[in-house]
Amino acid sequence: MSQLHTVNKSPLDRNALESAIQHATKGNAVLMIEDGVYGAMQGTQKSAIVSDAIGDISFYVMGPDLKARGIDEARIIDGIKVVDYSGFVELVAKHDATQSWL
Amino acid sequence: MSTKKFLYVNRKAPYGTIYALESLEVVLIGAAFEQDVSLAFLDDGVYQLAKGQSTEEVGMKNFSPTYRALGDYDVNKIYVEQESLDARGLTLDDLQPLTYEDEDDDWAEKDSIKVVSTAEMAEIMEQSDVVMSF
Repeated sequence: MSQLHTVNKSPLDRNALESAIQHATKGNAVLMIEDGVYGAMQGTQKSAIVSDAIGDISFYVMGPDLKARGIDEARIIDGIKVVDYSGFVELVAKHDATQSWL
Repeated sequence: MSTKKFLYVNRKAPYGTIYALESLEVVLIGAAFEQDVSLAFLDDGVYQLAKGQSTEEVGMKNFSPTYRALGDYDVNKIYVEQESLDARGLTLDDLQPLTYEDEDDDWAEKDSIKVVSTAEMAEIMEQSDVVMSF
């Protein structure tokens, strides 16, 4: 089973991203949406949690949510792909199940 | 009526919850009562002041330009916590500048934002008569 994990909380406020990554298995995908997009930034206290998992897990981040929050794509951790709403739909369709980490 | 020291504490990122916008609206309403108002931004609250916010694609109101009106309401003590910026890989340059015109100094334009340490923020909280948390 290939699962998509969505995370919508800031990793500096809640542990949803950390827990999602811990529970994602090899080949799974993590999509950061809403306040979850702060987890995609380089140079934060939590960046290593993501960069250490890249390779085993595919990471995606919602571009419109980055823009809303003033986060430049140049400051995203290397290896995270930026998607739009149709990309979100494609990810959901491509995976067997979606799990939301709220 | 004696003047009280009001402190509005902002700890939430914008857009993901309604706290940031609600706080800003309460501050603007409260500004009409001519109290001594300070704003504190710490933890994820520092994200509220990020420059370059553009909400068109998410279909929400971009309320970040409204912070720039605070100076006109004599709300010019805006404290941002250094440790909170550091934890998020941010510096003062990542925040939009907020200014006010100082009536005691020939209306010179001055910065409203002051970056403070956690210890200094604790002291600001300690010195406040009324604390509103968002």
